[in-house]
Amino acid sequence: MTKTKTPIETELQGGPIDEQPLYDAIDIALHEAKQLGADQAEANASAGQGLGVSVRLGEMETIEHTRDRGLVVSVYFDGKNGAASTSDYSKNAVLEAVRSACSIASLTESDPANGLPDEHRLATEFPDLDSWHPISMSVTEMTEEAVRCEDAARAVDSKIVNSEGASVSSDCGIDLLGNSFGFRGLTRRTRYSTSCAVIGQTESGMQRDYWYHATRNKQDLQSAEQIGKCAGERTVRRLDARRLATGKYPVLFEAPVASGLLSHLIQAISGGALYRKSSFLLDHAGKQIFPEFVRIHERPFMRRGMGSSAFDNEGVATVERDIVTDGVLQGYVLSSYSSRRLGLETTGNAGGVHNLTIESGSNNLDQLLGVMRTGLLVTELAGFGINMVTGDYSRGASGFWVENGEIQFPVEELTIAGNLADMFRNISAVGSDIDLRGNYQSGSILISEMTIAGE
Amino acid sequence: MSSALETAQRQLLDPADLDQKNLSSLLGSLNSRQIDYGDLYFQYTSHESWSLEDGKVKSGSRNIDQGVGIRAVSGEKTGFAYSDDLNLSVLSQAANSAREVASLGQDGGARILTQNTAKSRALYTDANPIQSLKDLDKIALLKEIETIARAEDPRVTQVMASLSGVHQTVLIVRNDGEMSADIRPLVRLNVTVIVEQGKRREQGSYGGGGRFDYQYFIDQKCAEEYAREAVKQALVNLEAVDAPAGTMTVVLGSGWPGILLHEAIGHGLEGDFNRKGSSAFSGMVGERVADSQCTVVDDGTLADRRGSLNVDDEGERTQNTVLIENGILKGYMQDRLNARLMNVPTTGNGRRESYAHLPMPRMTNTYMLAGKYDPGEIIASVPNGLYAANFGGGQVDITSGKFVFSASEAYIIKDGKIKEPVKGATLIGHGPDVLKRVSMVGNDLELDSGVGTCGKEGQSVPVGVGQPTLRIDGITVGGVSV
Repeated sequence: MTKTKTPIETELQGGPIDEQPLYDAIDIALHEAKQLGADQAEANASAGQGLGVSVRLGEMETIEHTRDRGLVVSVYFDGKNGAASTSDYSKNAVLEAVRSACSIASLTESDPANGLPDEHRLATEFPDLDSWHPISMSVTEMTEEAVRCEDAARAVDSKIVNSEGASVSSDCGIDLLGNSFGFRGLTRRTRYSTSCAVIGQTESGMQRDYWYHATRNKQDLQSAEQIGKCAGERTVRRLDARRLATGKYPVLFEAPVASGLLSHLIQAISGGALYRKSSFLLDHAGKQIFPEFVRIHERPFMRRGMGSSAFDNEGVATVERDIVTDGVLQGYVLSSYSSRRLGLETTGNAGGVHNLTIESGSNNLDQLLGVMRTGLLVTELAGFGINMVTGDYSRGASGFWVENGEIQFPVEELTIAGNLADMFRNISAVGSDIDLRGNYQSGSILISEMTIAGE
Repeated sequence: MSSALETAQRQLLDPADLDQKNLSSLLGSLNSRQIDYGDLYFQYTSHESWSLEDGKVKSGSRNIDQGVGIRAVSGEKTGFAYSDDLNLSVLSQAANSAREVASLGQDGGARILTQNTAKSRALYTDANPIQSLKDLDKIALLKEIETIARAEDPRVTQVMASLSGVHQTVLIVRNDGEMSADIRPLVRLNVTVIVEQGKRREQGSYGGGGRFDYQYFIDQKCAEEYAREAVKQALVNLEAVDAPAGTMTVVLGSGWPGILLHEAIGHGLEGDFNRKGSSAFSGMVGERVADSQCTVVDDGTLADRRGSLNVDDEGERTQNTVLIENGILKGYMQDRLNARLMNVPTTGNGRRESYAHLPMPRMTNTYMLAGKYDPGEIIASVPNGLYAANFGGGQVDITSGKFVFSASEAYIIKDGKIKEPVKGATLIGHGPDVLKRVSMVGNDLELDSGVGTCGKEGQSVPVGVGQPTLRIDGITVGGVSV
């Protein structure tokens, strides 16, 4: 908002964010840390701005202007660590944050695993990952787009009687990482998204569902009408849902919820869970954890990918790699700290994986229903009933009952339960309907048997 | 509480050279004719955390976050902008952005600000909890937890403990001229243990906190209580067999299992969903939604509780709101926008995560009042069922009314007696229906230990829950054993 004279209409959501204050803040912070005797230091500065518009029942509901800044400083004194953050980039605030971090480090205990990554692992190449596509959109344009989206959803069926609205947003942000080895890594990303949620009603009650799309380049975004139509169709098909009898059945996770299974895998093979011995996949590197046809890989350099990055949160160069090949776990997901704790090398995953993808099979969702024949298609999951130490899994679910490879009726108020280790082993197919909207990218996944609790 | 206002002005306005004249001119620029109301929400938050692992406190952090959110509301439309820069010219631009929801009218002129002393109350201390204990004593507290947990049982292989403190000052300046301030402390102590026996591993967690300072943990000997409870839960789970699957009678323990009420009832009774008609409870005021033994309230006025506030984030006094009385739905929880549009009084439930978020109706401390049964009598009444003593998180689809919450400590009940422990499982039910199946309400009302964080539309706020022991005749348990 400081950059524009007449706000809103001319404000660039991808517009000029000055990078210099980030470089200055990092230089000041690292210099001060050195002055105060830190042997290593790291600082991360970020700045972002955006505009979001939401409409409901054809009328504008909210306009939100966002504008965020942040600086995080971490210092090391002989393996002792302290951290501090501030949202103020003024020199005094930055100096105060560094002093605060140093005072904490004077009280914490030394850990030889603490510290910056080994210098030779830091990224030296910074390929353009095509993540920056700033455009200027006015509130009026965004409102019209949101109205078109919601109209398309409401037009799907007369049973759609209400709406939670549609939203259009445009955000951009830059992020600068620096450390006392002299590393400086800048990322610039734009993100555009449109979402819609509508409510349908019949005598048996109300249901709502939603759809969204998100991309780095506005041109790649599905049209407002497509997103709205999808939201409307997803809502209508849930109406008059029934319950199921308790029993054991095959379960097909629709792509948007199947990506959750990949995130559970990553959580279980992350360094933190491993060195704390709090994972059901402890000591599983080199072991068969999926059927042979499963390959899961990380693609940090995917152009316009939502999880793309040339370096991780510590500046370590990311690598394209297989995490699972022929069903066998190839390695873990490590930062420099967790890798030192485990006596291994960092995998460039401080902060997580980058575009994790499960290789798809040849069947689309309809064909997978045919492969399953009889069972449950899950389209929504609820709750947090996952124990990462044991792999025990129990969550609320809704979706569709399938017989003879065809959807029979919607179902709700069910739970699905099993153990993640068994669920991974019992994957019998992965669909070609890969969902690219997030950092975990999966097609629909068929699991041969789980317990369904219902009536 | 004029002292809270003075403190807030000193902390938030003075460093930015903002005076009352500046504030009234900012409000004036929001006060175009088409604006129903507007507000400025100033916030200064300092936060620290310390964590222990492997017997050492190896990391700590301190964070400062400050800014102002500016909102203009016209009918059902809201314009919002915020800034972490408190410079007057930046705030003026933000105010212009916010009022874009209304066609740009002329400035409505400055308002005379009135300090809202009528709302003065002190449900909790205004002292900074971060300074309530020496840093070395905070570290010692964490180490004490580690020592107690390890001494509790040789099967404990890992202990992770954390201590955090927040001191937040908010100043709310409204276009009706009212100014309110609140100074909010919040502390939390948590422990997680991993136990190992043969090839089997399990975990247990416990924690607590509230709007007081760190001294509470020492005075109440929380290190002992939390460490023992975490170890107990982990050891119970080490022996647990597969949980049953299907619909059955379930007895819920007192305290934190009150998350049932938060999910099944609470969210569905928030004013925004009901104004929009998107809740399964829409239009049901006056109808029976629970057994006549059930009375449920949302009470933001409890001293020292995690979910309590002196004033909400719109400057309204919090209150004790009856949601369900003897089984009949009485009313909803409201913020200013939804109260105005539904033509009902606000209930002091307007809350926001920070200056960078818009307020909406949110719960404070939500609980069910005690009934007449002895908890032992309730267990003894069940021939076959499940006793769920503790829970993790929950979630609800307010439109269909389906909610889930996940048991983390549960036992089989057979012939009125508690038998073997079972593994964690998710319970699922239908909000408008589940409390009708309550057949016994215990006389042992308990509030949770101060660990709840509620998420709604991406915003997190601290909340409390509570209930007495409850018997529910028929809820679906998501185990694996058929």
